[in-house]
Amino acid sequence: MSTTTTQPPAPGPGMGSPRINLRSGTLPRRFPAALLASCAAVVAGVLLAFSSFGFLLWGVLTAVAYVVIAVTASARVEGGRKAKDRLVTSIVYMCFLLAMLPLASVLWTVFTNGMNRLDIYFLSVSMNGVLPSMDAGGAYHAIVGTLAITGMATLISVPIGVMTAVYLVEYAQGRMKQLLMFFVDVMTGIPSIVAGLFVVALWMVLFGPGHTNGAAGAIALAVLMIPVVVRSSEEMLRLVPQDLREAAYALGVPRWRTITKVVLPTSAAGLTTGIMLAIARVIGETAPLILTAGTSAVSINWNLFDGQMMNLPVFIYSQVRMGGAINYERAWAAALTLILVVMLLFFLARMIGGLFAPKAR
Amino acid sequence: MAKRIDVSGLHVYYGDFLAVADVSMTIEPRSVTAFIGSSGCGKSTFLRALNRMHEVTPGARAEGKVLLDDLDIYAPGVDPVMVRTEVGMVFQKANPFPTMSIYDNVIAGARLNNRRMSKSEADDLVEGSLRGANLWEEVKDRLNKPGAGLSGGQQQRLCIARATAVKPSVLLMDEPCSALDPISTLAIEDLIHELKEDYTIVIVTHNMQQAARVSDRTAFFNLSAPGKPGQLIEMGETNQIFTRPEKKETENYITGRFG
Repeated sequence: MSTTTTQPPAPGPGMGSPRINLRSGTLPRRFPAALLASCAAVVAGVLLAFSSFGFLLWGVLTAVAYVVIAVTASARVEGGRKAKDRLVTSIVYMCFLLAMLPLASVLWTVFTNGMNRLDIYFLSVSMNGVLPSMDAGGAYHAIVGTLAITGMATLISVPIGVMTAVYLVEYAQGRMKQLLMFFVDVMTGIPSIVAGLFVVALWMVLFGPGHTNGAAGAIALAVLMIPVVVRSSEEMLRLVPQDLREAAYALGVPRWRTITKVVLPTSAAGLTTGIMLAIARVIGETAPLILTAGTSAVSINWNLFDGQMMNLPVFIYSQVRMGGAINYERAWAAALTLILVVMLLFFLARMIGGLFAPKAR
Repeated sequence: MAKRIDVSGLHVYYGDFLAVADVSMTIEPRSVTAFIGSSGCGKSTFLRALNRMHEVTPGARAEGKVLLDDLDIYAPGVDPVMVRTEVGMVFQKANPFPTMSIYDNVIAGARLNNRRMSKSEADDLVEGSLRGANLWEEVKDRLNKPGAGLSGGQQQRLCIARATAVKPSVLLMDEPCSALDPISTLAIEDLIHELKEDYTIVIVTHNMQQAARVSDRTAFFNLSAPGKPGQLIEMGETNQIFTRPEKKETENYITGRFG
């Protein structure tokens, strides 16, 4: 072993080292916010002066003015690299706003229109004995149907989907694996109405004509859900480090126990999120449910195997088709209910995922 | 408890690629054997072949004999899962199970194998294993906290405790200190000294001082050219390998005059 001493080269005056300037001009920290505010104010003033104020025009002109001034100022004061940085930053923010705009608009429209009719009464009564044009009735039967059908679809597709993913990640090799992955991809691309037709045909063979019930809808949704569950679960299982599997094998743990006791618990949070996304994907499906669960149920029906079953998307669809003002109100309220149900499910999933997630301390 | 390992004519393949060719050696019980050699020379592969862990890699297989006392672990009908309960392993990167507490990590081997044991038995096993790994004093007040919250060196000792809790007769260590600071490394090396009273220990290391410090016997692996299979060049008493190696290649490697 040798000892080494390191001596920093002594910098000092008279060493002749060239002075490097590491500083550059900087715009004040509040510059972007201040500039944006003043641009907005000036553009608004000009537009009002010409009495041609419109929100779209105002937004676009403000953005253009902000980008031009900010980039020019930055190029003058801070130099080229920072100017480019400001340009790209502005563009990224604008793209973000542009993407958020439709979302916010949809939520706002649904919320304002839906609130007209959404109340405890709407959520707690069915349309049983209510004429479509009467100022009464609610969506309780549709909520029941949505929960029952989606719940059943989840019960069918989660075991199949997760086990397929386990097979793909832990066991499958070569040809079989590629074939299976190909078919999962094909299944992902099935149009939802085709899934509905598949179940209609299946029911026709099994039970004869005229059988529409919730179970048929659940199976149609399961067909749509399975590939989504497989895909997301597969990604999550691949994220589990190989180290952990080897650690378990090295303790003399058989493979299946390694999967059930180490791999699945480690990825539980991710699996939950994936399953929730799959539920969100199918909970708004309308076409297959029109074909399979029927459009004319008006009463509360918890039984998946007995008769037609209303659900929120089909409820919205049939109300809109009736065309009266009261029907539109019901449709909007049902749409808002559907969004709230999905949000509630996501909230629950986050909580469940948080419980499962590996903790550091 | 500790067992002798007799390897004769072992070849390890990854698919068609011969990774380790024709290794024969004897690993003494209650001693530490170090494997040294440059990266990619097959020493880790060979180590993993000693408890059939290489089979986890698709396409990997081994030919030859590995006798554990007098049982050939490659004999037909031998279950690799049972082999691994006899021959434990500690990895380069500490890998405690992230969903389990420190306590559960230590008894993971027993729990995951569904062995029934009473609460007091489990408590004793956890305390005994953690004491054996010199970790008990540091974690006894937080046994129910996740193992991932420990420092790197503590995690590695937790993994050693976990490996010893299934009561193996051999402990394989694949560069157990390469991700640790000198203090933690020292703690692990001290631990290896204590563990060799009860176990047969095989350690792969890139650190030649470490090999010289901890091991009784040293084996040097090398490959003749890139793409060629790794071979055992020389094996002997650590002292002799580091002072009077018989082969020129060994001398070149330990004196640092290599590639």
